[in-house]
Amino acid sequence: MSGWPLLSVVTFLPLVGALFIFAIRGDDEISIRNARYVALWTTILTFILSLFIWFGFDYENPGFQFVEETEWLGDAISYRMGVDGISVLFVILSTFLMPFCILASWESVRIRVKEYMIAFLVLETMMIGVFTALDAVLFYLFFEAGLIPMFIIIGVWGGQRRVYASFKFFLYTLVGSLLMLLAIMAMYFTAGTTDIPTLLAYDFPVEMQYWLWLAFFASFAVKMPMWPVHTWLPDAHVEAPTAGSVILAGILLKMGGYGFLRFSLPMFPDASDYFAPLVFVLSVVAIIYTSLVALRQEDIKKLIAYSSVAHMGFVTMGIFTGTVQGVQGGIFQMISHGIVSGALFLCVGVVYDRMHTREIAAYGGLINRMPLYALAFLVFTMANVGLPGTSGFVGEFLTLIAAFQVNTWVAFFATFGVILSAGYALFLYRRVIFGALEKESLRSISDLNWREIAVLAPLVVLTILFGFWPMPILDVTGPAVTQLVDHYQAAIEGGASVAAAIK
Amino acid sequence: MEPVMTLQSLLPIAPEILLSVGAMAALMLGVFRSDGGVALCSGLSVALLVAATLLIWLLPGGTYLLFGDSFILDPFARLMKSLVAIGSLVSILLSIDYMRSGRMTRFEYPVLIVLSTTGMFVMVSANDLVTLYLGLELQSLAAYVLASIQRDSARATEAGLKYFVLGSLASGMLLYGASLIYGFTGTVNFHRIAEITAAGDPPLGLVFGLVFLLAGLAFKISAVPFHMWTPDVYEGAPTPVTAFFSAAPKVAAVALLVRVVMTGFPSIVLEWQQIIVFVSLASMILGAFAAIGQRNIKRLMAYSSIANVGYALVGLAAGTEAGVRGVIIYMAIYLVMTLGTFAFILSMRRGDTMVESIEDLSGLWKNNGLAAFILTVLFFSLAGIPPLAGFFAKFYVFLAAIEAGLYPLAVIGVLSSVVAAFYYLRIVKIMVFDEAGAPFEPMGGELRAVLGVSGFLMIFFVVFPAPLIAIAQRAALSLF
Repeated sequence: MSGWPLLSVVTFLPLVGALFIFAIRGDDEISIRNARYVALWTTILTFILSLFIWFGFDYENPGFQFVEETEWLGDAISYRMGVDGISVLFVILSTFLMPFCILASWESVRIRVKEYMIAFLVLETMMIGVFTALDAVLFYLFFEAGLIPMFIIIGVWGGQRRVYASFKFFLYTLVGSLLMLLAIMAMYFTAGTTDIPTLLAYDFPVEMQYWLWLAFFASFAVKMPMWPVHTWLPDAHVEAPTAGSVILAGILLKMGGYGFLRFSLPMFPDASDYFAPLVFVLSVVAIIYTSLVALRQEDIKKLIAYSSVAHMGFVTMGIFTGTVQGVQGGIFQMISHGIVSGALFLCVGVVYDRMHTREIAAYGGLINRMPLYALAFLVFTMANVGLPGTSGFVGEFLTLIAAFQVNTWVAFFATFGVILSAGYALFLYRRVIFGALEKESLRSISDLNWREIAVLAPLVVLTILFGFWPMPILDVTGPAVTQLVDHYQAAIEGGASVAAAIK
Repeated sequence: MEPVMTLQSLLPIAPEILLSVGAMAALMLGVFRSDGGVALCSGLSVALLVAATLLIWLLPGGTYLLFGDSFILDPFARLMKSLVAIGSLVSILLSIDYMRSGRMTRFEYPVLIVLSTTGMFVMVSANDLVTLYLGLELQSLAAYVLASIQRDSARATEAGLKYFVLGSLASGMLLYGASLIYGFTGTVNFHRIAEITAAGDPPLGLVFGLVFLLAGLAFKISAVPFHMWTPDVYEGAPTPVTAFFSAAPKVAAVALLVRVVMTGFPSIVLEWQQIIVFVSLASMILGAFAAIGQRNIKRLMAYSSIANVGYALVGLAAGTEAGVRGVIIYMAIYLVMTLGTFAFILSMRRGDTMVESIEDLSGLWKNNGLAAFILTVLFFSLAGIPPLAGFFAKFYVFLAAIEAGLYPLAVIGVLSSVVAAFYYLRIVKIMVFDEAGAPFEPMGGELRAVLGVSGFLMIFFVVFPAPLIAIAQRAALSLF
């Protein structure tokens, strides 16, 4: 694939689509329809092109592939792109979810449709860019630039408290990422470059690692989000339009986990080892506490948002075990959660479009009128619980095995999360779907239409497929993860032997 | 001191000569024309500024010294003068619409801007304390008049008077500092001051003088704690004048400050660094917090400019070549951002009255979608969000601060930029999220052009950042 900058094409193709929509003049029905179709076809084309990355991907190679490099800011900061086994799946996940987001907004977004589509396409470029950037400054650029479209999506097309939610989202994330920016600058002066492969091989002084690790942690922990800096997430989720929630849960949260895997763990192994107990504690608190909070939610979206925080707790726990199972499980959990939570938000969007409320109490007995919907919702609820046979199980199981090897107590407490998740998810399902259809307003509710089936069916298939056959994901990530973990363990042992020698 | 042998040797100062002669010609033209000749004077002034900018680049590259080393033309001066000229030129363009609508038909406005620009050119090229003072006063005196050019308006005259009194105080402090420095070193030339301070421990009196000098200069760049005049003058002066104040003089004064400390006192970095660090921190923090409560967009821009000067000083505080490069990049990008924003503020007009409240911007997306889009870009850029140019401005100054090991400054700086992001976001929220209010009058052609160009530059800087960075690098190198 030499000579053809596939990654750049995939990354910037959505921007081209956005430019097309920008060029559409007029506010009549036809131009709005054109805007929708341009956005849909752009995202589909981007997805198809991104599949070529997967096809062309060399499974055996643990390093970076499809590497591109161009002069940019002079000095040692260049435009560098590339993917490895860890990032390639996130690229696919981003491009995969986007057409569903556009479809989910097909009818529910009626005002300022063109701007909406532009914002989503710009957001797509920024998301893909985060996963393909191979330069720390470029990574930061994409990481932070995604805030602008998301801020506008929540603020313009959001619910009642959209302004509060959008500000909170923006400022929380900004604080963390600016500290990361300073850390990137410090790394630049220590290592003399911001090239990620070089930084991965660079040995930072241990003292410095602690500070750098904390700065990166500030950014990724907010993005992830980890307890106690998770409070922006429920607000943002509740107020965002359906597609915005899908992107938030499906991809934006994964940037935190990806960041831990790309920067924290391999670049600051000693600091990661040193701070791992802290991460474990925060993860376990997140798993148990937010699960309990989820139990008491009255708003469907808020419940799913808190369950996201709990699930991300498994991811951070898995990653910082520093074992192959843990990291593999973390990645798998992120991919699975991207599909499942995205699908759950789409399900909420389905009933919200009909009833315009997300109150759990406003529903009940939907199975009588919406059997197909009940089925789809059941699959995703079970996947959210982590039932064996769904994709949710694999990730949780792997991370729990890894945690058990490293620290039994962590695994012990984290397992409560699995039980609690069954509690809140089934509780939600019972209140919304089962029971008698008593509410007058629900009597005329209609089942899924063809568009909604087209959106949910592929997600159902993938959820079950990956539950039974996780190898497509684990095979891709395998070599890269093994290399990462070997490097990490070697660095820790090296550090430990140096410490022992000093004593 | 070598005598001036030929006219040829005066070439480095040709832009200043052209501007002062041209300004006098334009002044006479305005006086003797029966209709006031506003359009003619504006056109002539723009032509003068363009010609002066071309003259700056006429001589082959290198450093030229004139008048016994008191005047210097080096790559740094060339770049900063060009920025100053662009700022002044755009300020004149921005006033055309304002003048045409009959609120301020004074031919003196463009002429005073040219005179002030002459002063700024001299400031940027000053290589000793006397030239520094000359340039600064020429610039300031023209600016005092500009602030109160609307002499029937109580607010404008108050602004002018305030500016004049406080400005004179600052000039006094500066002169006092300069005389102390002269007394303890026996020279006014920056390079010789540097040689003498490098020779041994700096005498206390010299440091004392430096403090006064810096205080005077801090007033000119409206850095905290010498910023009090800024919000009042910004609010009271006619908007085109405010646009001018926030752009060109800031660039010139920052350039002057950079030259003084970098060429005059490079060996006592620690002495002035702590002052710059404090001023920078105070400006960033105050600029961020005080702007939150503002309802008037001109006042808000005043606090925003205070904060922005704080960020620029972060680069200077580093005291390195990378720091100077950061300051240059910062000022260049800041110039474009602020002029673009003011181009829009000047178009905030309903019927015959200018409106200045932030609330008046509500629902701009509906009435003028493109302007709302560009303005959103500008405000995100001011907040320093990538991929817009404002991010790179902050990036390079903080890069220098991190390199110099000024970690607390960098951390507090970025945190205060989060606070600043809040009030920029609030404007975006009012423009983009809120329901539409009454529309403004259609924008004039020049305003649209300036707004469009600045928005374009903000968005596309990320694609072609190398030229500005390279030229700033060259300019920074010439100070070392």
